[in-house]
Amino acid sequence: MLSNGLIIAFTFGYMALLFAIAYFSEKSASKGKSYASNPYVYSLSLAVYCTAWTFYGSVGRAATNGLEFLTIYLGPSLVAPLWWIVMRKIIRISKVQRISSIADFISSRYGKNITLGGLVTVFCLVGILPYTSIQIKAIATSFDILQYSETTRNLFRIPFYQDTAFYLALALALFTILFGTRDIEATAQHEGMVMAVAFESIFKLVAFLTVGVFVTYFIYDGFQDIFNQAALRDLDHLFVLQGDNGVSEWFWISVLSMMAILFLPRQFQMSVVENRDEKHLDKAMWLFPLYLLLINIFVLPIALGGLIHYPEASVDADTFVLALPISYNQGWIAILVYLGGFSAATSMIIVSTIALSNMVSNNLIMPLLLINDRLKNRYQHKLGNIVLWIRRGTILFIILLAYVYYKEISAHFSIVSIGLISFVAIAQFTPAIIGGIFWKKGARIGAMAGIIAGFLIWFYTLVLPTIVTAGFLPESLMEEGLFGIYGLRPQHLLGMEGMSYVSHGLFFSLTLNLMLYVLISLFTTQSSKEHNQAVVFVDIFKYSTTLDSSIIWKGQAYLPDLKTLLYNFLGEEKAENALLEFSFSTGKTLSNQNYADPELVNYSERLLSGIIGAASARIMVGSVVKEEEISMEEVLGILRETQELKSLNIELRQKSVALKKATSKLQSLNETLRLNDMLKDEFISTVTHEMKTPITSIRAFSEILMDEDLPEEDRKRFLDIIIQETNRMSRLIDQVLDLERFDSGKQKLSLEKIDLRILILQSAESMLQLLKEKELKFEINFGFDQMELMVDEDRIKQVILNLLSNASKFAKTRVLLHSFLEGDYLVVQVKDDGKGVPEEEIPFIFDKFFQAKNQTSKKPIGSGLGLAISKKIVEYHGGQIRVFRDGNLTVFEFSLPLYEEVKEQTQIQKTYE
Amino acid sequence: MNKILIVDDEPNILLSLEYLFKKEGYEVFIARDGEEAMGIIEENEPELVILDIMMPKVDGYEVCRHLKKNHKGVKVIFLTAKSKQQDIQKGKDMGADLYLTKPFSTKDLANKVKTLMN
Repeated sequence: MLSNGLIIAFTFGYMALLFAIAYFSEKSASKGKSYASNPYVYSLSLAVYCTAWTFYGSVGRAATNGLEFLTIYLGPSLVAPLWWIVMRKIIRISKVQRISSIADFISSRYGKNITLGGLVTVFCLVGILPYTSIQIKAIATSFDILQYSETTRNLFRIPFYQDTAFYLALALALFTILFGTRDIEATAQHEGMVMAVAFESIFKLVAFLTVGVFVTYFIYDGFQDIFNQAALRDLDHLFVLQGDNGVSEWFWISVLSMMAILFLPRQFQMSVVENRDEKHLDKAMWLFPLYLLLINIFVLPIALGGLIHYPEASVDADTFVLALPISYNQGWIAILVYLGGFSAATSMIIVSTIALSNMVSNNLIMPLLLINDRLKNRYQHKLGNIVLWIRRGTILFIILLAYVYYKEISAHFSIVSIGLISFVAIAQFTPAIIGGIFWKKGARIGAMAGIIAGFLIWFYTLVLPTIVTAGFLPESLMEEGLFGIYGLRPQHLLGMEGMSYVSHGLFFSLTLNLMLYVLISLFTTQSSKEHNQAVVFVDIFKYSTTLDSSIIWKGQAYLPDLKTLLYNFLGEEKAENALLEFSFSTGKTLSNQNYADPELVNYSERLLSGIIGAASARIMVGSVVKEEEISMEEVLGILRETQELKSLNIELRQKSVALKKATSKLQSLNETLRLNDMLKDEFISTVTHEMKTPITSIRAFSEILMDEDLPEEDRKRFLDIIIQETNRMSRLIDQVLDLERFDSGKQKLSLEKIDLRILILQSAESMLQLLKEKELKFEINFGFDQMELMVDEDRIKQVILNLLSNASKFAKTRVLLHSFLEGDYLVVQVKDDGKGVPEEEIPFIFDKFFQAKNQTSKKPIGSGLGLAISKKIVEYHGGQIRVFRDGNLTVFEFSLPLYEEVKEQTQIQKTYE
Repeated sequence: MNKILIVDDEPNILLSLEYLFKKEGYEVFIARDGEEAMGIIEENEPELVILDIMMPKVDGYEVCRHLKKNHKGVKVIFLTAKSKQQDIQKGKDMGADLYLTKPFSTKDLANKVKTLMN
């Protein structure tokens, strides 16, 4: 339908787009802004689970088995809530132990065992190869359909150099190498790849929904219409939940897909290795099932629509999504679908291949290289580079191999059947992994036995039949069983009937696997290495915060050797940085030692694990350390010690916090004391300063009086002044002493029952003369008749006189003296109509020595202590004193409590101020 | 006749110094604060000013600054109760010819003034 050139252009255009996305997100990440650290991106990246299988295969399956196609999505949706338990644990373990693949995980758990790691790698390769090849098949077929609008051409006869699929495969290999092998660290996260995959997830969803809408609402008139028409054609058996083999089929396939979603290498890569935050799991737990729901809504309608439109199986149901738009001449939709399928297929290939290449390099090739001493020494210095190139080579090899498998074998099979076979292969790891994270007794030998047995059965029941069908083995094997033994027929072991081909294989392989794992583990004793790892894995949440929870080293490690090792793998710069980081976080300097302490050895091992896998790392580090056997007790002892240290540390920190609080309290107390000291100093210096003035006058006049020629008039005057000033000084000294007594609490009031009216009048009387001289009107006012209170008569008089004297200095025309009762107090007010006290000075006016500035009148004779003393006197009586403005009058007011209780309360208040 | 201005907010000190210098034969002006002082300086141009520092409105430092800026020939004596080392230094830095502390000796003051005037 569309020209070859056009389709290729679109294809490469799309790949260029992917490349751009990947490139720019890597650039952005290196600057610090990581788009991939996002729960939505994380959830979308998990959708790499939906491959060409989902895109093409589901419709194909639905066309024959109805709703049964849903089973592989049911599993993940049902198990998603459990992710929080299982997945979270796996992620935590993987981060702490720097695990970068399934093979690494299993190898690490069972004592960092190389053999196990290698075994898992090989089985993954074998298991995933068919799956990869069907992706290529899907791409090739869809390309063909788009070009020729039909699938009758036999694609598999074309020589590879003429085959577009071959070139596409090469291009994919290039893309994968570019974005999967930049960093030697396998545990490093591939920002570009994640973003590209997330984009592809969106794209394929959109493409599928588009074609779904097209078929449902444009070709037909909605869901109801399709189902009606299908019913008319006797297709209603497809609506029903039961497939060919009943409920058990549903059960087994669902269980199978639960395991697949966890342990498929590409799923492990995206959900564990590329996970950036455990919290993202919370969103993914419901977002991913939602995605699955969306992408599956239109599967059945499309299948039915295709069946209706193409009677008699003239068109392969796997291709309905593409064939239908083409039949209706919808070129753009067809392209979209093609690219959508392309997306789905390529995301699987990319992620899967990267994961597999890591496994191959770390768990297969590196250990082989390192075991052979000769090889090791020869390549010692280029190890870092070697690892990277091994990975690149592996990627190319895997993809090419998948291409070959596609041409030779997968021609004969539907997408779904091959996919399911791959799933069963991966399912063989389930006992070892789940047992590994929850059961400390799970042992290496048990895991190995289980996995090997499982794979053998898998091969025999599931792969063998495909080889027979492809014509490479005789049919008689299927019908008569191995060596003619009836009970060993590949599809009916032990005479089991009634199970579908796939569930049969799954049942037997998994059962044997699990049995061997459990039984053998129960009867073996683990080595200390194994046990250590078992404890760390199962109890990860207890130990994951300690600095190092890997195997404890005991022995001597020669530091220069260790350094060389790190240089070889990390390069000099990175190695130095890593060592610096170690010094910082532990506080240990390395430069002047010949032997590295165990902590450093552990740290180095962890670093290397991230690059070459746990097992290889152990070998490498082992080669520079003269290791001593460490017993299980010792290991547990050390682990326990670390726990104790942790709790001690917490205690210490609490004590330190308490200490800090106490210190700051002491500091503030000290401050207060110092302040008081300072105030005292200030007071003393002010007093002495004040005293200098009268003394100056006295001295000056005394010297003047020595002169015999002094006129009598002047002599009298000056002597007078001397006496005045002497009095002034005397008064000042008295006041200072007075104030001091008040302050130190030594002041004694002589309290007597006094009639306040009389007291006030007596005070007023002594001021009458002065006020008359100043020509000020004097007004006295009482708001009560009689009031007797316990007061110190002289002192209260002192206060009133002080206030009146001040008032007289400032008043313009009049002074008022009011007294009345208010609440529980007797209030006395002295008012004047003078300038008043400026706003900003009101808070300070009762302070010692404060003298109001800006006086236009002559300097007052007062010392500035008067108000301070008045305040003390009033407060000693349990009262309060204040100043405020009332219209054009300045009011100085003090109050005295009428009752004992009130007085005590106020006194207590004052003490604490 | 030589003119002296005495600035102090204490009336008694003004009185004693006025008497002292009148007896010595100077023409004596008095001011009770810096503001008054500046007015007298402008009007009467005394040759020597005896300055208290702590005064309301305009303090002794300001008067000194004013003199040093606009009446450079006038001699300045600080006469003050501020006796700390840093006060003395400050006074000298301001350009005063003499810095004397209270209480003072009248004889001493008179002699010093005489020296300065010559």
